[in-house]
Amino acid sequence: MTAPIPDPMLPRPFRIEKVRRDLSDTFTMELVPAEGGEFTFAAGQFNMLYVFGVGEVPISISGDPGDRSVLVHTTRAVGAVTKALDALKAGEVVGVRGPYGTPWPVEAAFGHDLVFVAGGVGLAPLRPAIYQAMANRERFGRVVVFYGARTPEDILFKRELERWRGRFDMSVHVTVDRATGKWSGNVGVVTNLVAKGGFDPSATMAFVCGPEVMMRYSAAALEKRGVARPSIYMSMERNMKCGCGLCGHCQWGPHFVCKDGPVFRYDRIADLLSIREL
Amino acid sequence: MGQPHDLGNIIDEHPFFKGIDSGLRDLLVGCAANERFEVGEFLAREGRPADKFYLLRAGQVAVEVDVPGKQPVVLETMGEGEVLGWSWVVPPYVSTFDCRAATLVRALSFDGKCLRAKMENDPALGYEVLRRFVPMMGHRLASARLQILDLYGPSVAKAVKSKKKAG
Repeated sequence: MTAPIPDPMLPRPFRIEKVRRDLSDTFTMELVPAEGGEFTFAAGQFNMLYVFGVGEVPISISGDPGDRSVLVHTTRAVGAVTKALDALKAGEVVGVRGPYGTPWPVEAAFGHDLVFVAGGVGLAPLRPAIYQAMANRERFGRVVVFYGARTPEDILFKRELERWRGRFDMSVHVTVDRATGKWSGNVGVVTNLVAKGGFDPSATMAFVCGPEVMMRYSAAALEKRGVARPSIYMSMERNMKCGCGLCGHCQWGPHFVCKDGPVFRYDRIADLLSIREL
Repeated sequence: MGQPHDLGNIIDEHPFFKGIDSGLRDLLVGCAANERFEVGEFLAREGRPADKFYLLRAGQVAVEVDVPGKQPVVLETMGEGEVLGWSWVVPPYVSTFDCRAATLVRALSFDGKCLRAKMENDPALGYEVLRRFVPMMGHRLASARLQILDLYGPSVAKAVKSKKKAG
């Protein structure tokens, strides 16, 4: 007897194990399957999270793909559903559909320098790829993280960034657009960090995630340093409904962001990025 | 004779003048000097004559603006491999911002008046220097524009919507 194919539109109940406030408007939830079992995903994929009675929203997975026991999502509370998510507490249940979408090509980057360029909460979808890269550290050349935030108070995963920076086998560079308080680090846009280099452009793969404008200019900075377009990947964001390529809600030119993305190779979308109507 | 040679090497090795013709480089050397700034010392002050620019070799410089009654606002930080200052080449040769050493800074400074005179007399040198300054100025302008976009704040669409609702 064959097992029934899971209905892609049917959410699985997950119980909230832990909620951590990262920033004033950003929080991380740890979820476990309410009916037991594990959850596997690839770095860069997302889930549709369902707050019962409110609605569904696509949220990138921000946890370690090597840890199947817990599902981690980091979210900024900006809309009705994410604000409802923010109001939930440990022990409550949400619906989860997924994982969906294309992953960061971490294994394809073996043998290369690996550069992560993140802006704001864009660090969350990149974090699983960073975990995966560090779990396979010997397979890469240099591993470099460039991260830009609005202010020092808006730096996501601050402790983790500090821990990564303390390692001898990766470089972490952080900048803020506006310095506040006793901040003594870099001030300026994240593209300025990219321009300073610290990697071999001819043998680099770069993963970029953040606001779309920041990604466009980061890709341009990487290209200017000599990184080839096919070696640059970025994670796109569009409003979604089904999350699995059925409804067309997230259509972007010839692509469905949910199914053909969210991670795209830059040379395949560079022209689309400049079309305002899309 | 040792020092000019050393300064020449420093110029050759700095990314800003990478690949410069050795003859033009030697002209630059005549206007250059090694400098060191302790934390808190100023490399330039807003409103004062912009008589120098710097090739930063080590350390971090904060480009900032003084706000009366408050802490100075740091607009940008710059470090090793970057060039600081272009007011020396644009009349009336007055600094636009304060530039303060945020850490110990080592830099090669260039006397703006000396270099301007050489650039007037030698168009090849003038072209070479400006050819390198103009893209840097363009880059800084683009960065400043991106910085004021407040990219990581609430989305523009959301802000517009809230404004309309408020209206």
